[in-house]
Amino acid sequence: MAALLAPRTPDTLVIAGLGSSAWDVTASGDSDRNFCLVGGMGLTAIIGLGLARTQPNKNVLVITGDGDMLMGMGSLATVANVAPRNLSICVLDNELFGETGGQPTHTAGVTDLAAIAKGAGIPLTSTVRTEGELKTIVGSVHNEAGPQFHAIKIMHEELDSPKPPLDGGYTKDRFRIALLGEAAAVGGFRG
Amino acid sequence: MTKTDWPAQIFDVLRAQGITQVCHVPDAGHDRLITLCNAQNDMAVTTLTTEEEGVGLLAGAWLGGERGALLMQSSGVGNTINALALPAACQMPLLTIVSMRGEWGEGNPWQYPAGQGAPKALEAMGVAVFRANNAEDVAETVEAASKIAFSSNKQTAVLLSQRLIGAKSF
Repeated sequence: MAALLAPRTPDTLVIAGLGSSAWDVTASGDSDRNFCLVGGMGLTAIIGLGLARTQPNKNVLVITGDGDMLMGMGSLATVANVAPRNLSICVLDNELFGETGGQPTHTAGVTDLAAIAKGAGIPLTSTVRTEGELKTIVGSVHNEAGPQFHAIKIMHEELDSPKPPLDGGYTKDRFRIALLGEAAAVGGFRG
Repeated sequence: MTKTDWPAQIFDVLRAQGITQVCHVPDAGHDRLITLCNAQNDMAVTTLTTEEEGVGLLAGAWLGGERGALLMQSSGVGNTINALALPAACQMPLLTIVSMRGEWGEGNPWQYPAGQGAPKALEAMGVAVFRANNAEDVAETVEAASKIAFSSNKQTAVLLSQRLIGAKSF
C-alpha cells in the first residue's frame, strides 16, 4: 500500500473500500483527500467514477478489496462506457472476506477480476503477482491515462491498523473542504 | 386545456437547481426527460447497470462538488436499499425521481410487489418521499424535493404516479 500511494500528489484523490482496504490506506497516512468507506459495500468503484467525472483534472484512485469489487461488478461496465481518463481501480485481492472470518471469495475459486474488467471494456487491465509487476502498475496508475483496473494479489495478514474516521459526515466534509474550499462545508454548495 | 409537458418541466427544474449529473436505469416514464438531458451538453448523463450504482455515483459527484439526480422505475427502488445507507451516514444530498409502476391500472402483476413496496422501502431508509399525482404538481414537487435535498443534505424521492404516466399492459 505504501508503494502504491508513495507517488501521490495533492491532485491524487483516493476512494477506499470498506474493511482492510480503508484501514491500509489510512495506515499509509491519513489524508483529507482520502474518502474511506466504512459501509456501502459494492459502491467504491462507482463512487470513484462520480468523483472522476466531476474532477477531470484530478487523478482518482479507487483502492478496494475483492469482496467489494465482486459485489459491484456491474459498475465496471459503467466505468468502461464512461471511460474517464483520470480513474484507476486497484483491487487488493486477498481472495477472502477479511472482516467476517476469512471465508474464501470467488477469486479464491475460478473468478478472474482483471478478465472481467477487460471484458467490461476497461482498456488497461492487469493482475499483479510480483514486486516488479507492482512497480509497473504504480507508475501506470500515477502517470498513465485510464480507465485502468489492476487486481493486486496479496497475502492476508491481520494487522492492528489505525482506523479511518467512522463519522461519514465528517469524512465527507473534510474531503470536500480540502478539494473545494471552506464554502463546501455549507450544504448547497456546487462547484 | 393544453396538456402539461411535465417531463420538460422536470428538465427545467433540474437546470434551475444546478443539477449537472443525471444517472438512470431507463424507464419508459423517464424516456422524454432522459432525451432532454442527453441533448444538454453541460449535463453528464450516465446509464447504470443497476440503480444502487446511481446512489454511489451521485455520492462521488457530490464529493467532487456537483449536484445530481437519479432517475429510476419503482422496481429499481428495492435495488438501492443498502446503498441508501451511504448518503444517510455521510449526510449527503440525494435526489431521486421514481416513475411508478404496480399501482394505478397496472397490467403486469409482477410489478405490484415492488411498486407497492417502493414508498415504504424508501421511508424505511430515511428518505423523505413526495408524490406527484397530477401533471400540474410535478414541477413544484421536484423543486421542493431538490431544495430539501441540497439545502439540508437530505435524501429525497419524488414518486411520479402511474396515473400521471399512464398504465402499461406488460
